[in-house]
Amino acid sequence: MTQPLLSLHGVTKRYGQVHANSGVDLDVLPGAIHAILGENGAGKSTLMKLIYGVETPDEGTIAWQGQPVQIGSPAIARRLGVGMVFQHFSLFETLTVVENVSLLVPGTKKKLTSRIVHLGKEFGLEVDPLAHVHALSVGERQRVEIIRCLMVDPKLLILDEPTSVLPPQSVDLLFETLRKLSTRGVSILFISHKLEEIRSICTHATILRGGKVTGNVTPKDFDAQALATMMIGRDMPHLSPPEHTARGDKQLELSGVSVATDDPFGVPLEGISLHVRAGEILGIAGVSGNGQAELAAAISGETPLPKDMHGALCMFGQEVGALNPAARRKLGFSFVPEDRLGQGAVPELSLVKNVILTAHRHGMVQRGMIRRGRADTFTRDCIAENDVRTPGPGAEAGSLSGGNLQKFIIGRELMLKPRLLFLNQPTWGVDIGAATAIRRRLIELRNEGCAILVISEDMEELFELTDDMQVLSEGRISARFKTNETAPEDIGRAMIGASKGAV
Amino acid sequence: MVFPKLVRRERASLPVLIAAPFLALAMAALSNLVLYAAIGVDPVAVFKAMLIDPFTSYFSFSEILLKAGPLLLIAQGLAIGFRAKVFNIGAEGQFILGAIFASAIPVYMPQATGVWIWPMMLVFGMLGGLAWSAITAFWRVRLNANEILVSLMLSFVAIQLLNYLLLGPWKDPMGFNFPQSVMFQLDALLPILLPGTRVNVSLILALLASLAAWFFVLRSFAGYRLEVGGLAPNAARYAGFSQSGAIWLSLLIGGAAAGLAGAAEVAGPVGQLQRSISTGYGYAAIIVAYLGGLHPIGIVFSAFLMATLYIGGDNAMVSAGLPIAAVSVFQGSLLLAYLIAVTFVRRKVVWPHRPTA
Repeated sequence: MTQPLLSLHGVTKRYGQVHANSGVDLDVLPGAIHAILGENGAGKSTLMKLIYGVETPDEGTIAWQGQPVQIGSPAIARRLGVGMVFQHFSLFETLTVVENVSLLVPGTKKKLTSRIVHLGKEFGLEVDPLAHVHALSVGERQRVEIIRCLMVDPKLLILDEPTSVLPPQSVDLLFETLRKLSTRGVSILFISHKLEEIRSICTHATILRGGKVTGNVTPKDFDAQALATMMIGRDMPHLSPPEHTARGDKQLELSGVSVATDDPFGVPLEGISLHVRAGEILGIAGVSGNGQAELAAAISGETPLPKDMHGALCMFGQEVGALNPAARRKLGFSFVPEDRLGQGAVPELSLVKNVILTAHRHGMVQRGMIRRGRADTFTRDCIAENDVRTPGPGAEAGSLSGGNLQKFIIGRELMLKPRLLFLNQPTWGVDIGAATAIRRRLIELRNEGCAILVISEDMEELFELTDDMQVLSEGRISARFKTNETAPEDIGRAMIGASKGAV
Repeated sequence: MVFPKLVRRERASLPVLIAAPFLALAMAALSNLVLYAAIGVDPVAVFKAMLIDPFTSYFSFSEILLKAGPLLLIAQGLAIGFRAKVFNIGAEGQFILGAIFASAIPVYMPQATGVWIWPMMLVFGMLGGLAWSAITAFWRVRLNANEILVSLMLSFVAIQLLNYLLLGPWKDPMGFNFPQSVMFQLDALLPILLPGTRVNVSLILALLASLAAWFFVLRSFAGYRLEVGGLAPNAARYAGFSQSGAIWLSLLIGGAAAGLAGAAEVAGPVGQLQRSISTGYGYAAIIVAYLGGLHPIGIVFSAFLMATLYIGGDNAMVSAGLPIAAVSVFQGSLLLAYLIAVTFVRRKVVWPHRPTA
């Protein structure tokens, strides 16, 4: 038997009362593409942080090539030969590729430039070393991150949900790169909850549930259903395909909305036209950073529209371009923002106070004073109905896990009984169980006649959820696709702008 | 090298929040006692003069109450803005304008009598402070001009305005050319609260204002909107709370409170408009607001503490030979120490395990 490159034994990490990892054993063989599979909150990220030295374990040992080691910092991890590509890139947008690389890798710029080009050719990671990072696509930025790891000749490369931000075509390119690396003897730890991906590329898989290892398998031997059962400990919740319902009036209509941006890294919107009818779900596909944030702010009312655009945005047949978010909400509009902490909720405030944020019209304010009893009842109902795991309504929003907070925010918005609901990345970072529950609620709501608009990067989600889809790319919107007559590849092509497909 | 890291706590620590002002006071006292020793002043004598002597006589204790009034009023107003992250640093100027506006009544109507005069002066004072802070709010909302700079600079304009009035049109013709207004008539002075002292009804006003601030901050929807705007501006925008409304409200409340304090000062212990009406109350109130944790109840305590330091500092200058700047140094180090201490309410120090690899 070959000696494992990395070997964890009985590793435990606690945060207060929470056991993020308990007694985890893990062996990574040289050249393996090893999946760490688990729901959000299963402890995958914590485990990777322990291996990369961001956190130190409370108990247990880590051995590197058979030698026990203590990885006290990422610098030590890099010296051992561990490289990590984070889910959220750690690149400076105002610097060039080679400048970003030189922050971590010693050497003159000239030498680094030629090495970047060389590595790029070798592993199919071509990127212009002199380009500024803000001008690169997400896929290219990921390549920069990977190249930066490869520059120091790692023996182990950790990739945290690398495909979650990529269009399907780029995913194939990434997998080719990973296979090449693996044949050179580089081990890869691949964190994901996308089962088909893991089956297609990984040689090993370790499954985590609730911080504990629940299985070590060869993923090709199991089908996705079986892997899912291991991951969530019960059968995969299944969504019934959306039934056909009668569609009503246009509840939201954008006709040629263009918005310039002051932000040098923002994306201007150019002539966005779309509509959502009562009883339908429209999905906006595309990779973040293509105008998603700008579109969301324009529809919610957080960014005031220029005067000549006031008529270009209608809700319930009424021009709303000049109205602020509170006034739009009054009409029957609800919005779930992408950013949970700091936008959808105030982290330092209790859940009760976070309910008042958007639900204050529902009898919670009387003669300028807050009626705490009303807010408290609303909060308790919201927690109970949406299965929010929290000590109680007095808990600070910042103390909830991402998935629980999202359930709370969506629950709050649904309790406002909207006629038009707009969600931006509704299940990003939410575990499968919760995500399915959220999607089921949305479909129920649609069947009751609510108009729903969803912006999402998650293609699977959009195919599961939507009636129609449009793709937002570089601030422009594609024609409308009927979801059940469209293949992911068509959407993928529209995402990279190769073709403007139509229904 | 291994450095300790500051890690965000899961939730704010209540014990640290309560202990912070006391720790800050201890840290500031200790470092200043070292300073006094270094400049050759007996630290024990200073300590006694500053913190013990003020409480040993009825009169000096009443002087503490007198000083606490304006500090309390201004700090309550400022704290509401600070919670919304609208930094009104110009309470000094708003205080002076309040004093000027209030003085207009006795200056132009020195013979007038009636019980309406002093309440009307207080109203005028509020309007003066309000108007002065409105200038800052207007430019902040209109041009996004930094309210810290605008309000601070306007304080210096206010001082020049005061000088102009006292050297020119408002100078007392019988005043031997001193830059001061006429002495106010009796009906233009606030009723005395505690007989035999200078403590007047403005102390009650300050306490009532504290009660109002408590309701506003902890119970009102407007206070809630300001709090959200301060903690998470994006959440306020998402909810549709107006940012310019928050700026106007914060500055106007602060200005009105400071103006009221200014009016109470000229109609109270001073009794005329002078160049020296403000002894830095507007700046000291910033420290009072933070030392009280920007909480209406905390501010009541910190205002009395700061007033004690004022009176005690005066004592120490006389009895222990402390230089006049030492009081300012103490106030400054108190704020600095508090800001350091309060960092640990939401953060804790973590020492990483020493790596052996």
